[in-house]
Order: sequence, then structure tokens, then C-alpha cells
Amino acid sequence: MAAIHKKPCTASKSSTESKRTDLKSNEKKGSWAYYMTNSPLLIVMIGLPARGKTYMSKKLTRYLNWIGVPTKVFNLGAYRREAVQSYKSYDFFRHDNEEAMKIRKQCALVALQDVKTYLSEEGGQIAVFDATNTTRERRTLIVNFAQENSFKVFFVESVCDDPEVIAENIMEVKVSSPDYPERDRESVMEDFLKRIECYKVTYQPLDPDKHDMNLSFIKVINVGRRFLVNKVQDSIQSKIVYYLMNIHVHSHSIYLCRHGESLHNLEGRLGGDSGLSERGKKFAVELKAFVKEHNLFDLKVWTSQLKRTIQTAEELGVPYEQWKILNEIDAGMCEEMTYAMIEEKYPEEFAMRDQDKYHYRYPGGESYQDLVQRLEPVIMELERQGNVLVICHQAVMRCLLAYFLDKGADDLPYMKCPLHTVLKLTPVAYGCKVEMFDLKVEAVNTHRDRPLIKVKTPPPMFRRNSFDPLSTKDQIKRPRMYSMGNFSPPPTLPPPAFASTRISEGIESVQREVSVQ
Amino acid sequence: MRGSCRPNNPRDRTVCMTNCPTLIVTVGLPARGKTYISKKLTRYLNWIGVPTKEFNVGDYRRECLKIYKSFEFFRPDNEEGVKIRRQCAMSALNDVRQYLSVEGGQVAVFDATNTTRDRRGTIMKFAEQNGFKVFFVESVCEDPEVIAQNIVQVKLGNPDYMNCSSEEAIEDFMERIKCYETSYQPLDEDLDSDVSYIKIMDVGRRYLVNRVVDHIQSRIVYYLMNIHITPRSIYLCRHGESDLNIKGRIGGDSGLSSRGKEFAKHLRSFLEEQKIKDLKIWTSQMKRTIQTAECLGVPYEQWKSLNEIDAGVCEEMMYEEIQEHFPLEFALRDQDKYRYRYPKGESYEDLVQRLEPVIMELERQENVLVICHQAVMRCLLAYFLDKTSHELPYLKCPLHTVLKLTPVAYGCKVESVYLGVESVNTHRDRPENVNVQRSTEDALQTVPAHL
Repeated sequence: MAAIHKKPCTASKSSTESKRTDLKSNEKKGSWAYYMTNSPLLIVMIGLPARGKTYMSKKLTRYLNWIGVPTKVFNLGAYRREAVQSYKSYDFFRHDNEEAMKIRKQCALVALQDVKTYLSEEGGQIAVFDATNTTRERRTLIVNFAQENSFKVFFVESVCDDPEVIAENIMEVKVSSPDYPERDRESVMEDFLKRIECYKVTYQPLDPDKHDMNLSFIKVINVGRRFLVNKVQDSIQSKIVYYLMNIHVHSHSIYLCRHGESLHNLEGRLGGDSGLSERGKKFAVELKAFVKEHNLFDLKVWTSQLKRTIQTAEELGVPYEQWKILNEIDAGMCEEMTYAMIEEKYPEEFAMRDQDKYHYRYPGGESYQDLVQRLEPVIMELERQGNVLVICHQAVMRCLLAYFLDKGADDLPYMKCPLHTVLKLTPVAYGCKVEMFDLKVEAVNTHRDRPLIKVKTPPPMFRRNSFDPLSTKDQIKRPRMYSMGNFSPPPTLPPPAFASTRISEGIESVQREVSVQ
Repeated sequence: MRGSCRPNNPRDRTVCMTNCPTLIVTVGLPARGKTYISKKLTRYLNWIGVPTKEFNVGDYRRECLKIYKSFEFFRPDNEEGVKIRRQCAMSALNDVRQYLSVEGGQVAVFDATNTTRDRRGTIMKFAEQNGFKVFFVESVCEDPEVIAQNIVQVKLGNPDYMNCSSEEAIEDFMERIKCYETSYQPLDEDLDSDVSYIKIMDVGRRYLVNRVVDHIQSRIVYYLMNIHITPRSIYLCRHGESDLNIKGRIGGDSGLSSRGKEFAKHLRSFLEEQKIKDLKIWTSQMKRTIQTAECLGVPYEQWKSLNEIDAGVCEEMMYEEIQEHFPLEFALRDQDKYRYRYPKGESYEDLVQRLEPVIMELERQENVLVICHQAVMRCLLAYFLDKTSHELPYLKCPLHTVLKLTPVAYGCKVESVYLGVESVNTHRDRPENVNVQRSTEDALQTVPAHL
């Protein structure tokens, strides 16, 4: 999409141009993100416990990182667990438990400080503040904090009154939460439901008609049955809304596989548009049996527009859809050559590719970076759909896999996607389960490992960039280590730009309380 | 998105976004922007390859009732009026059925007030009987200024008010709105909780979205949330004349000629004169657009998707050379310029797909100047001016000319400003003879002059 980074023009560099390039290199890494939103964004989740806030936070964060917007989740529960080493019971969450209230507020303030550090100093673009945030008081605190720091705010409220959904939610995620290490299911359920009751007492949902009409937010009602969207301010917020409207929670599986072995595969040639080899045809037959065996009801089948995937799908005997954007990465001048031929004919290019396989673009062709951009609509569609079988190609499959398995640009080009193997991805709790099915038809190995000696130079082919998928895992910061009676000194706050001293007051007053103990 | 490949298999051509056809139904009092939304939505859906047609019940009524006298026709107690209006609605629904079930349409937009639950119930039954999905788009607005602006912009020029003065027309129209107000039953969160709809409030300030069931509905919602009616203009122009342009070669990544640089300077003066508020400038990632923007001395953004169409094996060739080396390809291109894909390159059809995010962003933005390329500019122009795929590849987009598009009423006003710097002509019309056996002379008949 848009990019502020300019490729070094061979035209004469005017002073404005170099100034601009300098400016840009100082700017946040995800320059595409800069275009989408000038100021950092704070997404604030709202909702009673077990409403899917963390699920949405994680998925949203994954998606935003994928499209190159550095995003991080700040989960208040994690901060609370650091502060209060062992959770005893729902009593902690009673709104008349003054001591606990103080701790909880302190945790929120610390988390917000981390948010500030991430957005202002560490190059983050979006922070997702994952907590209940059910009272107006808490939300006002957050809005003021954001205003002081010139962050935009977008609220995502999850409202659900379907008891079945809530129960299922609790079973899937809460039972295995660190809060309940050894409890049995019934008592977990019981304690958790009581916890929810504690929040209900003081819950003030967003009021679009009066109190909150000037806030930007989306209210997700009953797991996406209904949405209320208020005052979307810019492109990234509109993309967030679109994304949230497309994800769903019901179970479905995504099956990824490559086309059957092709004639070019046999010869070790890249790219091209050859047909299936004998073994490839055999694979297609096995695939058909696989589909039947697994009773894949209502399965959608997608292929690219290259012969080898189409021939594979044809064998299945079911309707399938062709997507041009699922076509294999275009190797440009190196199309239809073997690696040996490339090394001989274009030794420099060959070496450069090994140095930075993600950014490297084949002359006249594409890079993984280009591929990721082109695959975005497919990913959105996969989020929406039920059961889908995607018959594609090595590089394409690596990109899709990287998205669902939360890999970053570094790992992506080296993920293993062997021929004649089906990968089944099933979303579970906060991630994705992978099952590998080798359909037992021999094939050549087309995987080239990462070269051992990796020279860490700045990406040589960082031109015409779109964005870099980031992995969420690298980004989840460990909350500060402190426990009861052992508070670390309050972080030194710079003098606030606006006359709001609420945050520092808050921390100091709690500090005083504890030392009196 | 899904693309169609070159083979002529019609199944591959049409984009199948939905299993069954969708009937979009507008809901709202008069002057709430229903027709504006219908037309824009229809344009967008057709653009992304979903065959869509709108059915405006007002048009049917005008056919039926040749002369419009006054708002009295719309009074709820006017029995004859009610009967005629009902008939018109039925007639329109019949045509909808024809379009969706017989003619291969995928989406029909039923543009009428549809303000009563009863009427909506009838439509839903009709849809169920025919296997169509229904999606309601309701526009709710109480801002008197917006409504007044609406009336002035679209109603005054309406055939209903051909023979009235503006004051008379406005007065009558306000009375007409009143006729609907008493029986208006807006979509309700509880009573209509099983219905798929989007409620647009206050021209997009707030949206309520209920039960989106498939991809096409989610695309529609996304599109509707991105359009606005704030007055603004879109400026389209090509890069300044490039070195390859002068030589009559297509594609490549050359820099500006001296006349091209001259143009960039003139463009700068033009923009300064126009005093455009908060203008955003976009270019492609090719030298010639970047160099043009550099001269403007203001920040600009580069979009890879704005790059010129990739001519594959024909990159940097002159038309004469293409005719010499690839006469068959050259002829095939003239036969179907929209769908023809250069070997190892792109087609206009591919370009349209690649430009979709740009178009979505253009809808969101306000004042924008897009410095791009001939084929790209043709696509953007075709979208905003509602041109067909036949016309698109032959739209005239000369160098050194700025086109100013200003949305007005249900369309777009175009002003063409030639900035007075000479350049080559790069426009090649469709030659008479497109037969693959044609002579070289016939093939090169329409090639513009160059060095």
C-alpha cells in the first residue's frame, strides 16, 4: 500500500529529498502505519470478564502486526498476577474490598506507563489495553492519560448476555488460567461467575446517546451478532472495525497444502506454470480420499490460477475457486531456472537473497514482502469463512502459515512446507493448533534451509517497501516484577504537558499507604 | 481479489462472492441520501466485479404517473395514490427477480423509502420465495441543514419539479416528507433483531450493524463506513513528460524530460493558485511521478499500487517494435484491450483489482492530488465517472493536464485544466482493423507521433 520510505532515487538528491529521507528514517519503523495514522493509537477494551476481550485483543494485535503496524497488548490481568502472587478467590474482586481496589488501580497505572513507554519511546504505533475498564471513572482516567500524551483512543466494548457463550468461554480459557492452577472445573466455574457478579455491580456500559457520544468506539454485541460503531476517525480505525466484523468465534479449520509435485519440481526449477508429475497426480487422488475421510462438510476449495494447483483441485471433483493472488511468488528473471543455474548466472543476486530472503526481490519479480501484501484479502477471507482447503504454493503457504502461527518476517521464508502434506489449522483458545498430515506420496524436497553463516547487514533490498509482518510474541513485555510489600519506586514522570497530576498523585498515595503497613 | 484468467470460460469471469443473489433494500424518509448511497454502492460493487443494478421505485412511479402534481399524491389517506405506489413497488420487484434470477445479476439495490414494517415484510417474503438474501441499509438523519442541502442539490433538478420555482419545490418537498413521517417505523434493535441491516446515523457519525452474514455484506458495510459527503475535490494528473514518452516507448522507469520538469513547475503554481485546503499528494513509486512531486515542495506519499501497468515482455518497446516482434499479441490487445494481459505483465482488469485499496482510500479522504500514469489514471477516472470496461482503456488522459473531479449530486463534475506545457501525445485509439492477419500499416494506423 502506501509507503513513506523512498527508494534511493538515482535522480539527483535535492536537499529536500535527503531531509525527507532522514526524517523518515527517524520515524517509526512501520512507515506504512505512519501514513495510516499520525499519532499513536490506544485501543481500550471494555467488558465484563469472559466476554472475549483478550481473544479480540490478541487477534487484533496479530492482524495489525501482520500488516506492519507495530502493536502490543497490555493485559492488566498479567500485571495483577505479578503484584498479587497467589490468587485466593473472587473476594479480591469485590468492589468493597478497598485494599484490593488500590492494588488494582496501581496495576492499571503501571500498565499505562508501560503503554506510554511503548508508544512514545519504543516505536510502537498501537497499544491494546486489555482490561475490563467497566467504570466511567476508569475510562476517564485513560482518556485523560491519552490526551496528555497525544494518543488517539478507540474503545472496543464486548457485550454479551448469552449464558451459553459465556459458559463456553469460561471453560475454554479460564479453567486453564494461572489463577486456577489446581481447581476442578465446577469450582472454577463457580468462582469465576461470582467474579463476574462483582463487576456487574459497577458496570457502566458505553452510552452512545449521551455520555459517550463523542468517543470513538465499536460495541460488539453477542459475539458479533450486532455492532454499534461510533465516530470512526481514520483509516486504521476503519480497518480495525472491518477486521472485528469479520472474525468469529465458532470453530472451523483451515487446511493448507501445496499442489501435487509438478514437472518443474522434478527438475528442480523455480516458478513457471507446469503440470503435475505422475506422483503429483497420485497426490491429488490421495487428497480426494483425505477430504472424504475427514468428512469435511461444506468445505470450500481455493486454488491459484496456475496449472498445478488447478489440476490438483480438478481431481477432487468438487467446485473450487481460483484466486490470482494465490499465485506463487514471481521469480522474475529467475523463473524456470534451477538454483544451480541462478548461482551460475546471477551469483550476486543469489547471495543477496540468502542475506535477506524476506525483503529480497527477484529482478523483475517479487519479494516475500510483496507476497504478504498481496495476500491480505485472502487472509481476511479466511477469517470470515468456515472450513477452507487452500491449495497453493510454497512461498504462499509460508506466508499464510506465518500469519496463523504468529511468525515474523525473520522466520517466514524458512518455514517448512513440504509437498504432499496437508496442514490443518484449528483455532483454540488464544492461538492455533496445527496438525500435519503426510499423505504418503513420495515427492522431491523443495526446501532450502537458512544458510549457516548469516551476515547481519541492514536489509539490502529495502526498496519500494510496503511493510514487515511482526510477530506478536516478540512484543509481549513481561510486566514489572514486584509483589505485595515490595513496591518498586514509582517511575520518574516527566512534568506533564497538561495540568493533570492524577496519575502521579495516584501512585504516590498508594506508595504512602503501603509504607504505613 | 479473485481474478479471471484469460480463458473464455464465463464461470471464471464472474466473481462469485455469494452463494445466492443479494437484495439490498434502502430504508428512510425522503432526502436522507438513499439514492446517493444506492448509486455509489452500485458503482462500487460493479467496479469490484459484482454485477449489480439499482431499481429506483421513484422512477417507476414517474413512468406510471406521467405528471406529478403535488405532495398530495403521497398523503397516506390518498387511496389511489397508495394503490399506484404499491403497484410500482411490485413492478420494480418483478424486474429485480428478472435481473437476479434470469439475467445473471448478483446484487440488486431496491431504492425506495420502505418505511413501514409491513412493506419490508412484503419484500422479505418476496426474497425468501426467490432464494435471495436481504440486507437493509437505513439512513437516519435529523440534521435540518443536511436535509436542506440534500433537497437543494438533488430534488430541485428532479423531473417532479421541472416546472416549479425553487421555493415552491422546497415547500412541496417538505410536505412530502411529512406524509411519510407519521407512518415511519425505523428498524428496531429488538423487533428486527433477526434482520440483516446497517443503520447509518447522521451521515456516518454512527452505525448500527446487525447480523452480517457473508462476505459481500461485510464489504458493503466496510464501503458504506468509508464514504462521506463532505465537499472536496480529487485532482488527477500524470507525471510530467518522461524521456521514454518522447521516444514513443511504453513502460519503463525513466526520469522527466525538460518539458516534464517545466510541467512540474507549472503544477506547483497551479496548486498555489487554487489554495486547496489540506491537500494530500500521492504518487506511485516510479521515478517520473516522484520527480514531479518533488518539485511541488510539499510532503507526498508513495503508493506501489499506483505504479503503471506492467507491460511484461513489451516493456520499453515502441508500438512499432511490438508490431514487429509480437504482431499477434498486438492484435489481440486491440481486440479486447480491457482484458488483454501482456505476456508476463498485467491487464487493465488486473490494474482495477490492484487499485481497489487506492479507491477506498480516495473515498475516505478529502482533497487529494494523485500524480500517476496513463493506464492508472484511466482506471481511476472510469471509477469516478462510471465508465464501462469498454470505454475505460480508451479514456483520454493527456500529459500535462490536470483533471479536477468534484462530487456533485449523484455524480462527478469534471474540469480539465491544461497547464500550457507542450508534450507528446501518448494516446493510441483503437484501429479499425483488429484482425490478427492485418497488415503492419493497418496495425500502426493510430500510433501517435514520436521521435
